[in-house]
Amino acid sequence: MSRLTIWIILGATLTFLIGPFLIVIFAGMSAGEALAFPPQGLSLKWYAKVFTVESFQASFALSMFLAVFGTIAALLIGIPAAYALNRYDLPGSETIRTIVAAPIIVPGIIVGLALLRYFVVPLNVTITMALFVTHTALVLPYAVRVVSSSLNNLRADMEEAAVILGCTRLQAFTKVVLPNIRGGILAAFILGFVTSFNEVPASLFLSGPGVRTLPIDMLSYMEITFDPSVAALSALLAFMSVAIVFIAERLLGFSRYV
Amino acid sequence: MSNAFVSLTDLTLSYGQTVAVPDLNLDVLEGELIALLGPSGCGKTTTMRAIAGLLTPTSGRIVIDGLDVTRTPANKRGIGLVFQSYALFPHLSAFENVAFGLRLLKLPNAQVRARTEAGMATVGLTGFETRKPAEMSGGQQQRLALARSLVMEPKVLLLDEPLSNLDARLRLEMRNELQRVQKDTGITMVFVTHDQSEALALADRIVLMKDGKIEQLGTPAELYAKPATAFAADFMGFENIFRVEGSELVSHLGRLSVGYEAKVHMLAWRPSGVGVGTGPHTGRVISSSFAGGHREYVLNSPLGQIKADAPIETPEVPIGHEVAFDLPMATARSLAA
Repeated sequence: MSRLTIWIILGATLTFLIGPFLIVIFAGMSAGEALAFPPQGLSLKWYAKVFTVESFQASFALSMFLAVFGTIAALLIGIPAAYALNRYDLPGSETIRTIVAAPIIVPGIIVGLALLRYFVVPLNVTITMALFVTHTALVLPYAVRVVSSSLNNLRADMEEAAVILGCTRLQAFTKVVLPNIRGGILAAFILGFVTSFNEVPASLFLSGPGVRTLPIDMLSYMEITFDPSVAALSALLAFMSVAIVFIAERLLGFSRYV
Repeated sequence: MSNAFVSLTDLTLSYGQTVAVPDLNLDVLEGELIALLGPSGCGKTTTMRAIAGLLTPTSGRIVIDGLDVTRTPANKRGIGLVFQSYALFPHLSAFENVAFGLRLLKLPNAQVRARTEAGMATVGLTGFETRKPAEMSGGQQQRLALARSLVMEPKVLLLDEPLSNLDARLRLEMRNELQRVQKDTGITMVFVTHDQSEALALADRIVLMKDGKIEQLGTPAELYAKPATAFAADFMGFENIFRVEGSELVSHLGRLSVGYEAKVHMLAWRPSGVGVGTGPHTGRVISSSFAGGHREYVLNSPLGQIKADAPIETPEVPIGHEVAFDLPMATARSLAA
C-alpha cells in the first residue's frame, strides 16, 4: 500500500471517530436559535442554558444516582461472584459465566421490554427502582469480567499463606485479596459508570413521566425544542467521560483491565 | 515412638475420589529436620498440606505437641509454611509482610515492631523494611517468606520445595541459612523436595515416598548407603539395577553371567562402583564426559546401558572403543524388592 493510501485511511478513520465529537462541540457554540452545523456565529449561551433547564437537572441527578449506586450494587454482587467463579470449581460454572455475560450480548431493547412486561408491570415496581435494578443488571457483566481478570493474576496460595498466619477465610479476602484487586475494582467501577450513564435502549422502556435518565430526557427535549443546548449538553457529557477515563488511565493504567 | 512431636496416624488423604495418600504413619521428633522426598505425585506435598491444615484428612489423626489437631482449622494450628512460590503479599512492604501475622494477634505496636525487626535480622534483611516484594531478588524473597513464618514462633515449620526457585549458588547459601536457623531456633522442620541431594544435605531423617506410601525412612547416611528397594536405590544414585537369576544378571535387554551367585532379588551399583578398564565383561563406550575428579562413561553392554565412573588418572577410552568392565559383588547393593 502506498503511503498516500495509508494516510487517506487513517484520516478517514479519525474523521469518523472524532468528527462527530467536534461537530457536537461547535454546534453547541452556535449563536443562532436552531441546532445547525456549521454554527451561525459563536457564543457560549447554550452551554450556559443547559444548567438552567430544570428537567436536565432532575434527569442528571437520576442518571448520576443510577450510575453510582447501580455500579456499586453490581460490584457488591459481581466481586463475590467473580471470586467464586475463579476460586471454586463449581458445577455449571461455565453456564453461570455465560449467563452473566448475557446482558452484553442481548440487545438492551429486549432487556427493557422483558423487564417492563415481566418485572415492572406485574410487581408494580416504581420507575426509579426498575431503572436501578436494570442498570445494576446491565453493569454486572462488566463487573464480573473485569474483576475476574484481576483475580486471575492473583495466586491462590497467597490466601493460604494469610490463613496459615492466622486469618479467617474472610480476613484473608479483605486483607489480601481485596487490596490486590483494587485496581480491577476501580476499573470495573469506571466502566460500569460510563456504561450506565450512557445507557439508552433499556431505560427508554422504563422511563416514565417525570422520571427519565439524562440521555432519554435529551431525546424528548429534542422532540420539542430543536435548539443547540442538546449539542452543548452532549459535548459536556463527552468531556466528562473523557475526563474520567483519562484520570483513571493516569491513576491505575485503566487500559490494562478493559 | 513415644516422644514424637508431630505424629501422623493412619492418615488417608484424598482429592475427591482419588486417594493420594493411603494410610500413612509417621512420627517426627522435636527439633528434627525431616525431608519428605519423592518424585512429583508421590504425595509429599499433599502430606505437608494436611499437616498445615489446608487439606482435611479423609481418615486418620494428626497430633502436634500432644494435641490432636486433625479437625483444627489451619489458622489455629500454630504452624508455619513457606510456600514454593513464597506467596508474599505484593501490596505490603517487607516489614508489613513479616508483621502480618503478629498484627492479627493484636499485639501492642512496640512488640510487633520489635519482633518484626528481630525476624528480619535473623534472615539478614535488616534495611529492606520499606521494599515491596517485587523489588527484591529471589533469594531475598525466600528469606522474607522464611522470616514471615518464623516471627510467629510456630511449633512446626513446613517448607515446600524451599530451594527449587533459586539458582545454584543461592541454593547453597539458603541451604546453610536454613540449617543455621534450625540450629538457632531448634524449631521442628518438615520440608518437601524432589531433589535427593537437597534432602541428603539438609535433613536429619529422610522420608522417601512413592505413590503415597513411605518407601523408606532413615538418616541420609542410611538411605545413601543402604537403599532397600529398587526405587530407593535409583533415587539415591544407584543407576545400574539388575535382577538376579542364579549367577546371571538380567535386564529387559539381555543377560550377563557374572560368575558369582547372589541369593537376592536384585543388585544395584553406583556408577562409581562399576570397574572400568579391567574385568570379565566388555562394553562399547557410547558417551564419555569429564566431571572433575572422575570421568563418566556410558557403556553399551549385553544388559543395555551401564553407567560407570572411572578415576581421572586412568587413560581415557575414546567413544566407540571397547573397554573391559566389572560389576563386582563387593560394591553391589542387594535389594529385596
